[in-house]
Amino acid sequence: MAKILLEMRNITKTFPGVKALDNVNFQVEEGEIHALVGENGAGKSTLMNVLSGIYPYGTYEGDIVYDGKVCEFHNIKDSEKLGIVIIHQELALVPEMTIGENMYLGNECGHKFAIDWNKTYSEADKYLKMVGLSESSKTQVKDIGTGKQQLVEIAKALAKNAKLLILDEPTSSLNEEDSRALLDLMLEFKKQGMTMIIISHKLNEVAYVADTITVVRDGATIETIDNSGDEPVSEERIIKGMVGREITNRFPKRENVKVGDIQLEVDHWTVHHPLYPERKVVDDVSMYVRKGEVVGIYGLMGAGRTELAMSIFGQTYGTNITGEMKIDGKPVKIRKGADDAIKHKIAYVTEDRKGNGLVLSQSIKVNTSLAHLDAISSKTVIDGDKEYAVAEEYRDKLKIKTPTVEQLVGNLSGGNQQKVLLAKWMFAEPDIMLLDEPTRGIDVGAKYEIYCIINELAAAGKSVVMISSELPEVLGLSDRIYIMNEGKMVGEMKASEATQESIMSVILQSGRGA
Amino acid sequence: MDKKAIVSTLKKNAMLVVLVLVYLFFMILTGGGIFKPTSFAALINQNAYVYILGCGMLMCMLTGGNIDLSCGAFVCLLGALGGVMMVIQGWGTGISIILMIVIGIAYGCGLGALVAYVRVPPWIATLAGYLAFRGLGTAILRANSITGSIAPFPADFLNIFSGKVFKTPEGELNLPCLIAGIVAAALVVLLVFRTRATRLKKGYEADSMGAAAAKGGLGAAAILLVMYKLSLAGGIPTVLLWVAGIVLVYSFITSKTTIGRHFYVVGGNIEAARLSGVNTKRIMFLAYLNMAVLTSISAMTVISRFTAANADAGKNFEMDAISACVVGGVSASGGAGSILGMVIGATLIGVINLGMFQINLDANYQRVVKGFVLLAAVVFDILSKKKQR
Repeated sequence: MAKILLEMRNITKTFPGVKALDNVNFQVEEGEIHALVGENGAGKSTLMNVLSGIYPYGTYEGDIVYDGKVCEFHNIKDSEKLGIVIIHQELALVPEMTIGENMYLGNECGHKFAIDWNKTYSEADKYLKMVGLSESSKTQVKDIGTGKQQLVEIAKALAKNAKLLILDEPTSSLNEEDSRALLDLMLEFKKQGMTMIIISHKLNEVAYVADTITVVRDGATIETIDNSGDEPVSEERIIKGMVGREITNRFPKRENVKVGDIQLEVDHWTVHHPLYPERKVVDDVSMYVRKGEVVGIYGLMGAGRTELAMSIFGQTYGTNITGEMKIDGKPVKIRKGADDAIKHKIAYVTEDRKGNGLVLSQSIKVNTSLAHLDAISSKTVIDGDKEYAVAEEYRDKLKIKTPTVEQLVGNLSGGNQQKVLLAKWMFAEPDIMLLDEPTRGIDVGAKYEIYCIINELAAAGKSVVMISSELPEVLGLSDRIYIMNEGKMVGEMKASEATQESIMSVILQSGRGA
Repeated sequence: MDKKAIVSTLKKNAMLVVLVLVYLFFMILTGGGIFKPTSFAALINQNAYVYILGCGMLMCMLTGGNIDLSCGAFVCLLGALGGVMMVIQGWGTGISIILMIVIGIAYGCGLGALVAYVRVPPWIATLAGYLAFRGLGTAILRANSITGSIAPFPADFLNIFSGKVFKTPEGELNLPCLIAGIVAAALVVLLVFRTRATRLKKGYEADSMGAAAAKGGLGAAAILLVMYKLSLAGGIPTVLLWVAGIVLVYSFITSKTTIGRHFYVVGGNIEAARLSGVNTKRIMFLAYLNMAVLTSISAMTVISRFTAANADAGKNFEMDAISACVVGGVSASGGAGSILGMVIGATLIGVINLGMFQINLDANYQRVVKGFVLLAAVVFDILSKKKQR
């Protein structure tokens, strides 16, 4: 049995009102790749933040034993000194700086008062080679793609003499190819004796790369699965641990499905990138959605799904948009701007609720009425009582958990924020709802409630387009599924006939053909 | 009302509490001098421009912490132009006022277009005006007058913006002023209770009886006190009508209208606002157009107060307006703040200025005190909000 490099014993971490970690025990052997999986909010990131000293010693209970010694980390520097380096999900690179500058940010090499740039860049180049990057370390970070930026992050970690590398969702923003390259790089490092912890939602990747899988649920470690055998562990096996039950009923049943006429149709829709107009982000896409139908659009990150939806929604994304749009069979031209799209009864529920969906510094009430202020005002004067009543109505309807609708949206949980976002667009009374990743980053319970809302919308005769990168969700909710890849519509199938395998093979084939 | 409720109410109105404390402090230092009727009149006359510019600055700051550095210098330029029109050329008062407003609108449109559509960062776009307008204004003044100051302005112009309504000798009780005060106080009480009644009727959250009584009572008492003092100082200062009108209009716009709401959401999250159908560029444009128009009105009140246009007019006005907003709790990053808060902030600064003047503090030390009071006020505000969470 190999040596235990890291042991976290009986870790308990409480935030005001919540126990984020409850008596967690976690062991990592030297030289292995250990995966940490669990639902959002299960406590994976909290655990890693405790380990890396972001939550300093004293704010949690329990012991961290690293390399045989009990450690007390007061900040990130302390843990990095011992070779524990964490790479966060959101890339922490300064785009305007060079790769070399970024790699040694906060860790500058040279004299106390002067940076030794020659050493910085030559060392940086050395580490870049180790991660398989041929770029010069003097290249600015903004000039390289996300995949390469992720590799720079890893090179940066190596430059800190990492012995235990923690990767938090390293592939979440990478395409299939870059992801695979990254995972292979991890396996390469393992051969050289590096120990790694990977946090990931992508269970196929976990099964591919990890030796051991620890499942976290509700702030506790549920089980540790051995994955060192020849046959990788099945995803169903992992999911079972994650949700605590067999997944028979993750999606509510659709009742009395009545699909009507075609409501929205786009033909030969092409959208160009706003900054690089020569690049086609959406390429000759044709699609339609019927009244009362839920249409899923599946595709990987960067497939052009969001861009397609936003370009339909009043050209809020893209330039040189060409193609034809019909609503209820009649050709329409929507002026640039969301207001005209709303007038045409289209709603776009963004994937990024904090970034461009909600005004976090305002109340639930203000957010709910925002897209349809006309309905609660006369001659631009807002009827405060009416607004309050509307907000209350949607709070009841969507079961938003809050003491009052005057509550600031920023103080709500992710699931409740998502409901406020949905409330805003439901109040705008659209016929066509474009839902972009409607369940991103919210827990299982809230997901189920959102699914119910989506079903109700369809039952009420709305045309629902749901963009998602979670295959089970697309399969479980849609009547019909479109598959997008690299800006093109590469497939369409009935949900009843589609399987995860058939959808993935469509994407793989289209990738090869390109 | 239990202890907790009282503490949280005080925290919510921290700046108002500070204002009262500072006032009492100067009451002791000046031996009651700041409580004299003339002090009330002085407070309003000296700070009228802060209230007016503060309304405009608030709208700019709401859109995302954007400010207008040029308003002070623009006051100077408009003064010089007004002087040339009315004093040198002898044009009529009406046409001159219209022309000054038109110049304001023209500048506002240009500035608004630069900020909203060309996307020049506001502080740079307005820095240009800050530098250029005072230079231009001073040059115009010098070219038309040896002293560098144009005066006297015609009386019919001065009467519109300065002086007193139904003037009576000092010390005599001015009845119109007192009656106006009683009516305003009654209206405040009525409004508070009517709002509460409708909310209760519809089953919404509403203030408790005690809270409503306190709110209406204090508001009415403050108005009565000010108006009583003013009635002893010769009547309502004309400029107070302008200030009150503008403050009420902007208070209504920010709290009750869709356009006001749009200012808040643009500052809160501009992308979310855009995707909700708000014309974000138009809001930015309007913020600066509005600022320039209010600056023109402010310029006229300032010329009237000094009965002359000179090169120093409007100096540091932009900083006074920004300070009033920030002290009044307007977020420096946008999306939060109220007209009432700004009014309280402006009054606080005005009281400090007046108090220091009355105790004959050296002008240089006045600045030192002002600087630290500003900082302390904001730190106090941030800390009291932090504990609320």
